[in-house]
Amino acid sequence: MEREPFDAVVQRCGPMVLRVCWAVAGPDLAEDAWSETFLAALRAYPKLPAGSNVEAWLVTIARNKAIDQLRARSRRPAPTERLPEPARWEERDAQLDLWDALKRLTPRQREAVALHYLAGLPYAEVARLVGGNPAAARRAGADAIASLRSMLTLAKEDESR
Amino acid sequence: MTSDDLRAPDPFAAMPDLDARLSRLRQRLAVEAEREGLLDVAYRSVDSPVGRLLLAATPQGLVRVAYEVEDHDAVLASLSERISPRVLRANGRLDPVAVQLDAYFAGARSRFTLSLDLRLATGFRLSVLEHLRDIPYGGTASYATVAALAGSPRAVRAVGTACATNPLPVVLPCHRVIHSDGRIGRYLGGQQAKQSLLRLEGAL
Repeated sequence: MEREPFDAVVQRCGPMVLRVCWAVAGPDLAEDAWSETFLAALRAYPKLPAGSNVEAWLVTIARNKAIDQLRARSRRPAPTERLPEPARWEERDAQLDLWDALKRLTPRQREAVALHYLAGLPYAEVARLVGGNPAAARRAGADAIASLRSMLTLAKEDESR
Repeated sequence: MTSDDLRAPDPFAAMPDLDARLSRLRQRLAVEAEREGLLDVAYRSVDSPVGRLLLAATPQGLVRVAYEVEDHDAVLASLSERISPRVLRANGRLDPVAVQLDAYFAGARSRFTLSLDLRLATGFRLSVLEHLRDIPYGGTASYATVAALAGSPRAVRAVGTACATNPLPVVLPCHRVIHSDGRIGRYLGGQQAKQSLLRLEGAL
């Protein structure tokens, strides 16, 4: 069974993994999460069973590394930025950008939306990664996308006002 | 994805363009992989008067030089198969090779001083490759002479095969092996490339 050179995997999946890292860990931590992901993947790559779904495997690592980055930052003594509690609808920010909007989702919603919409994983696979059943994952993803649309649309309307 | 998911607007349209960061991230990955001892095969390509060359090195040394006609993607796939799938584009390890090749093609270097990894050749082929460096810059040798040098005077055709499968052309000068009657013969990089190299070295 031929094993694709790892470089080809980086080329093909690098952009998707960076978007997932960005959506789960945010702009400041995305690049560290990406590097950790591909370094861990490179280490394990020769032992990856033939015929594995490389994309799904990478996304699993990326999700874990992105969460590790968030946890490491929350443990650091003087965080420059803290993930806020999910905001109430009345508190929508007029200058909301995408990451501000993502931060207002619950972690489960944010992961569901990143894994399904950015990595293209089916909800059954999303549920396997984040826990719960596929229906709950689908609900989290659908709620998240609706919240994002609503927050971002409102932000845009506020700007153009 | 259901049709429901495709309803506009796509919130991720607001995501900044991240692709511009990828080339820097890939360089960083190569550096970290090297530091962690995970860079089993580093590769890069260089432009030369005989076309674009692919260079690949293991931690032991230069393991492969490939002409464009060999199909660089196919060569990388084969290295991934035969050596290790931990293959990354990485300049660092190959910089000395690129520098020496540049000097060679500029006519400013007549021999290479590089660590080589000859694991892709075995047996008689390896023995042939090891004797190629006995043919001096500016000179040529016949297939029969090289067969004799490698210890099997009658294995003339096998010398041809060894040259045709040389994993390190240019660096191990199989282009200096020609027919006894003066015809320059075949070459894995094409006859024209062989002619260019011999002319560069002043052998033609």
